Amino acid sequence: MSTTTAPAPTEAHVPEQRRLTPEDVAARTSPRNSVRETVSQTLTMAWRSTKKMRRNPEQFFDVIIQPLLFTAMFTYIFGGAISGDVKSYLPIIIPGILAQTALTACMAMGTQLREDMDKGVFDRFKSLPIARIAPLAGPAVADVIRYVIAATLTILVGLAMGYRPGGGVGGTVAGWALTIVAAWSLAWIFTWLGTIARSAQAVQGISMMIMFPLSFMSNAFVNESTMPDWLQTFVKVNPVSHVVTAVRDLMNDGHLTADVGWALLGCAVVVAIFAPLSVRSYKRHL
Amino acid sequence: MNVIPAVHAEGLVKTFGDFRAVDGIDLHVDQGEIYGVLGPNGAGKTTTLKMLATLLSIDAGTAEIFGVDVRRDPHRTRQLLGVTGQYASVDENLTAMENLWLFGRLQGVASEKARRTAADLLGQFALEEAADKPISQFSGGMRRRLDLAASLITRPPLIFLDEPTTGLDPRTRGQMWDTIRGLVADGCTVLLTTQYLDEADQLADRIAVIDRGRKVAEGTPDELKTSVGNSTLQLQLTSPGDQDDAASVVRRLLGEEPVLSPESGRMNVALEDADRAADVLIGLREAGIGITSVSVDKPTLDEVFLALTGHDTGADNDELELEAAR
Repeated sequence: MSTTTAPAPTEAHVPEQRRLTPEDVAARTSPRNSVRETVSQTLTMAWRSTKKMRRNPEQFFDVIIQPLLFTAMFTYIFGGAISGDVKSYLPIIIPGILAQTALTACMAMGTQLREDMDKGVFDRFKSLPIARIAPLAGPAVADVIRYVIAATLTILVGLAMGYRPGGGVGGTVAGWALTIVAAWSLAWIFTWLGTIARSAQAVQGISMMIMFPLSFMSNAFVNESTMPDWLQTFVKVNPVSHVVTAVRDLMNDGHLTADVGWALLGCAVVVAIFAPLSVRSYKRHL
Repeated sequence: MNVIPAVHAEGLVKTFGDFRAVDGIDLHVDQGEIYGVLGPNGAGKTTTLKMLATLLSIDAGTAEIFGVDVRRDPHRTRQLLGVTGQYASVDENLTAMENLWLFGRLQGVASEKARRTAADLLGQFALEEAADKPISQFSGGMRRRLDLAASLITRPPLIFLDEPTTGLDPRTRGQMWDTIRGLVADGCTVLLTTQYLDEADQLADRIAVIDRGRKVAEGTPDELKTSVGNSTLQLQLTSPGDQDDAASVVRRLLGEEPVLSPESGRMNVALEDADRAADVLIGLREAGIGITSVSVDKPTLDEVFLALTGHDTGADNDELELEAAR
């Protein structure tokens, strides 16, 4: 008469014998989610996000339009002024645009999550015995698709404009991969914003205020030695600068430099801080 | 056999700022019963349910679901219950089938089995034709049914239903009632909230009446209704000045105190038996008191409320607020 497994629909019901005893309750519940369960729940949530993306293709506009437009625009506008000609600017700007595109692509996480959390289905997610990180990590996993599109298109546009990475195929792929890792890590900042802000518009506004200084107050577009001292100080601690330098080292020289290590460490620190913060504030919304 | 209650809560309190939304509610629901929590909008029904479902923190008091402490062990609690809210909590971007599969997978049901169970449930809830349609094309009743189906995918032993039929047309409401009865026949325990005495009456084995965050009465539907009579005679007197005379006629004939609305000249009389209405009417005729309209109705939640709390449900205000909120 145990109820440890879900009874088959055809099973004749004998309600009196279905009454749960404390032993039944202990047998059909577990005290917490195992790591395996958490991973499975996260992947299921990622599946949900990909379904959503497929039904709302406008979610791909930014990661398609921006690499095409920004890469061409910034290169032709700044190329002559900064590097003398467009061709010699490409090794500087392509890694820069990669980082900037990654940043804007992952910025959408916060707005998306905030909009999603306002919907009724999140009430159900909260009432289910699932790991609290799954509804946050699932969309993050699915969002990798968008970062892949953004990074790939940016590199392709660069190649079409005459960029010939000195690091060869290996270096280029490594730079591409680092861009995606960085985007995924920085996305947790915006995820956290999504869980604390009151509305999607608020998330959008705050995200812009974070995105612009992070991407422009870095070495993404110009050499930081041309900037005033105080600005250089910020540029040097900005994780985006480290990512840009690391991607340049990888793509242009094929070198695995210390900056690659710093960039990866910076990403890890961002995730280590903002993932737990996001889960905590998501829980508090209960 | 050592049988534990499905729900046991003592002194539940929830405050929002200075407002005590739930102010010391005790609930005891035995396994296998349908327990109704009856009250107007804003009485604290949904807040109580949300606390028991781990969706809101409990400010004071204790709650146990099948003996599991809700506050100490929310994860175990969530494995024992399914919640169906006032507004359909299903994913608008997915089809009905995808929704059920998602909720099954999230709770560890294997993919193939989740698909089979989902198909079974869609059949059981007459949704199989809509299985692959997006939810945005669903009617209110279909959404509500899908929402309930989503709560059943792991067959939890306890189901919370928050106003399961609010906003549904009478036919769909009847279908929902049948479904809820079916759940209990399958061995489920159901805790539901409702604004309709009629619904609690039809479904619930026991009812708690909640007002302003407190439980004002508890009992079987029959016990509650006899507190206000089985039906109500509503009279509109020709001249409001006759009220005192009319009231004394009622007292003499029925031994009951009528409920008067002095400004409008209306008078409500609780009747044990609808037949006694004729006695009152004849009595009034003999006393020479004129009436402009008369009706005999089943007691409404408003009357139960008035009888239990001495004030009305404020339902009209709530309706207006709802309108304004839209």
